[in-house]
Amino acid sequence: MGVTLPLPRVAAEFAVDSTTVLETFEQYSQMSLFSALLVYALAFIFFAVDLANRAGSDAEPVVGDGGVRVRSRAERIGFSLTVLGWLFHLAATVVRGIDAGRVPWANMYEFALTATLAIVAVFIIIQFFYDMRFLGTLVTGLTLVFLGVARVNFFRASMPLPPALDSYWLVIHIMVAVVAVGFLTLSLGLSIAQLMQARRERILGAQGLATTAAASDLGSGWSASESGAAAGGSTATLTRAPADGSGTPPRAPFAFLRSFPNADSLENLSYRMVIIGFVFWTFTLIAGSIWAEHAWGRYWGWDTKEVWTFIIWVLYAGYIHARATRGWRGSRSAWLCIIAYSTVIFNFTIVNLFFKGLHAYSGL
Amino acid sequence: MTRPSDHIDSTPGSNASPVGLGFGGYLRWFWRQLTSMRVAILLLLLLAVAAIPGSILPQRGADPNGVTQYQSQNPDLFKVLDAFPIQAFDVYSSVWFSAIYLLLFVSLIGCVLPRTKHHWQAMRSRPPRTPSRLGRMAGFTETELRNDEATAAEAAQVAEQAVEQARGLLKRQRYRTEVYRQGQSVSVSAERGYLRETGNLVFHGALVGVLITVGLGGGFGYQGQRTLVEGETNVNALIDYDSFTPGRFFDDSSLPPFSVRLDTFDVTYVTPDDGKPAALGQATDFTAHVTVFDTDGTERKETVKVNQPLRINGTNIYLLGNGYAPTITVRNAEGVSVFHESVPFLPQGADLTSLGVLKIPYGLGEEQVGMMGFFYPTQVELESGAYSSNYPDLINPLLTLDVFTGDLGINDGVPQSVYSLNQDKLTKLTGRGTEKKSLELRIGDTVDLPNGLGTVTLDAVPRFVSFDLHQNPAQGWVLFFALLATTGLLTSLFIPRRRVWVKATPVEGGVRIEYAALARGDDPTLEGAVADLVAKHRESLG
Ligand code: HEM
Repeated sequence: MGVTLPLPRVAAEFAVDSTTVLETFEQYSQMSLFSALLVYALAFIFFAVDLANRAGSDAEPVVGDGGVRVRSRAERIGFSLTVLGWLFHLAATVVRGIDAGRVPWANMYEFALTATLAIVAVFIIIQFFYDMRFLGTLVTGLTLVFLGVARVNFFRASMPLPPALDSYWLVIHIMVAVVAVGFLTLSLGLSIAQLMQARRERILGAQGLATTAAASDLGSGWSASESGAAAGGSTATLTRAPADGSGTPPRAPFAFLRSFPNADSLENLSYRMVIIGFVFWTFTLIAGSIWAEHAWGRYWGWDTKEVWTFIIWVLYAGYIHARATRGWRGSRSAWLCIIAYSTVIFNFTIVNLFFKGLHAYSGL
Repeated sequence: MTRPSDHIDSTPGSNASPVGLGFGGYLRWFWRQLTSMRVAILLLLLLAVAAIPGSILPQRGADPNGVTQYQSQNPDLFKVLDAFPIQAFDVYSSVWFSAIYLLLFVSLIGCVLPRTKHHWQAMRSRPPRTPSRLGRMAGFTETELRNDEATAAEAAQVAEQAVEQARGLLKRQRYRTEVYRQGQSVSVSAERGYLRETGNLVFHGALVGVLITVGLGGGFGYQGQRTLVEGETNVNALIDYDSFTPGRFFDDSSLPPFSVRLDTFDVTYVTPDDGKPAALGQATDFTAHVTVFDTDGTERKETVKVNQPLRINGTNIYLLGNGYAPTITVRNAEGVSVFHESVPFLPQGADLTSLGVLKIPYGLGEEQVGMMGFFYPTQVELESGAYSSNYPDLINPLLTLDVFTGDLGINDGVPQSVYSLNQDKLTKLTGRGTEKKSLELRIGDTVDLPNGLGTVTLDAVPRFVSFDLHQNPAQGWVLFFALLATTGLLTSLFIPRRRVWVKATPVEGGVRIEYAALARGDDPTLEGAVADLVAKHRESLG
């Protein structure tokens, strides 16, 4: 213990010492991030234009031959831009990780970076299975807000992991959590669209326009799949002429929704996104408990973050039950989905920032 | 009864209000309500809402210091919130929270048992008879095998053959099949995906398993805390712990008698050479090197790290905290040692400026003596003249002490924190507010106490580690049931349960073949599956 080296000197030496390589890494990451934000903003505009274009008279069909909607140019551009923005976003995240020498999710800024990366990734990949490009405004909009706020308020230079976070469970736990959030975000968009569509269908129905909702009176316990022939595919739309044949075209709110799937199909899609997200969230919960056991000696201790992870899980379990319950299916369950998602956001923002607990992140 | 009466797929109408009753009728009605989906949802939502207050108010289990702090800041409100039925500081073991989850689990069991019975029977019965009209089912497809010369007998044979082929195809796809005849039609009725319901039942059943094992584990385990300075040994016995919380059914004599010595504690910091100015001084690794003296008399070297507990005979040792424990010797005016201890100092922040207290009730003159001081591992002087530490490692260590004399208040039997000094009946002799400067010691220094009381020496500054020792005999089972639940969940959500029919009817000049299917629950790939079957069947018919 003979060394008595006062630290001011240590710090001073440091300033000279700092290598330029590391700084440029962070600069590249930031450049890439700002490019991503710019491209996402453009994508948002194109998606918004597409939505505006979808609005029109309810009497004119928007479905091409064979019941498949023709994709608008604005939507195609918007989607391509989203992919481009995502590539920049990915680069920004990867370079950040290289700079830090670890996975890029250990503080608020990095969580936002990775979570939005996962949201957009899930949005892009899901298009191979279901056409949900109509959620483009929501996805790019949310991403812009999260990334922007995180960059402005929570940006920190990358730090090494404190021992408490230095575990492969950090990798697993957060990775499954952000994938879950990706799917749950899509379900949010679908449930919002479902609510608006249901309202629209009610109003159009009152005006004499039948909806194409599939009937499902096929006997106890069994129902035909909604994508059955009768429903005209999962993009079935409201395209019939007014029943009375009068000259006034029918009008209902949210005109852009006329090219969206009907409320039933939206609900089915939303449910599918929820169950995938729910499975990932279940893994998040379990991985978190295992990690908590390794780090804190107990797998569950009702720490604030644990409480909210649990609340989210229970609310989505509630949604899954609601959709299977007469009197709850439809708009009620959609509201539940929206409330559950708002707890996801709450957990990530308010709980991280204002609630006291063991989950203290390195300088946020 | 197969599903709750208000399940979307069950026949409506059976859920009327209590009719023509008496007590038994009411009871049955109540039970049906409790095991309905509606009540399951309400209880789930209630559970979510009831969990919220525990994340806002500090809880005794997760944050006992927070509770104490709340009590001292809002003594009146605290009394109300802490009173029996409210139990706002023990939300998760409160009566109301327990009531909600217990009701939920009663509902769950009441829901799962009849379904299990029903499912057991369904699994052993044959696929139901083919509906007479398939036209309204999903994926309905109709084709005709034409042969104008065929006799009725030939057509009937072709029909039989076609159905037999379809049955083979379906069997290969793991459908359970049954051939039915109605009039001239022959048909195969096939069903698969019983696992979907099995998964659902396993999922809900495993949740009960989680609940039970969580309860048992808490009851039969224990947790204890022990602070060890480098060189010290902990014996796994009750008296050796700083604090010890046994579960309700824990038997003290079941503590395995091993002991653990903390040999050294190594910390790695981000140094100026690491090129991370913002992270300078941040710890990147803590390693406690320990020697375990096992019950059978053997000894071995082990390490404990954050995230890497040491597991010995079902007891797990976790590294939770650390700091400095300056070794201090106090001698009286005659030079006789009256105090010689490594005193753990409580870290006040990332730079490990630490606060500590010494209590010397006897040996130094007439009065009791207390000392309170700060330890700075890398001491620097701020512009105001105050000291601070700007790096957590021992680069420029300094200990400052303020000396008090009087009554320490430790004889009243009121438990006191080792980290605080009750100054009510003490007189401060050095430091701010007195004429003398605080004592300052570097390692090896000896300085005089005021009023000729004696001397104090800082011999060395070892580190201390606070360990948590836990035993939870059921936690492996909790994990088992959690994973079982997840498996059940995956099965129940993603295995499609569907019925498929292929029906062949001899008609004028050929055989008409119809295909159709029906799904239980959400089944996005049903149409595709039928189309696929149709294509394969056509191929097999040549
Ligand atoms: C601790 C409470 C409960 C939790 C966390 C829970 C969770 C879930 C989850 C995640 C699912 C969807 C996965 C699956 O189908 O297996 C589900 C489905 C289901 N649950 Fe529960 N459940 C609970 C209690 C109950 C109770 C009390 C009932 C009976 C009233 C019930 C009846 C059902 C039914 C019938 C389904 C199938 C829904 C469908 O057909 O889509 N659950 N539950």
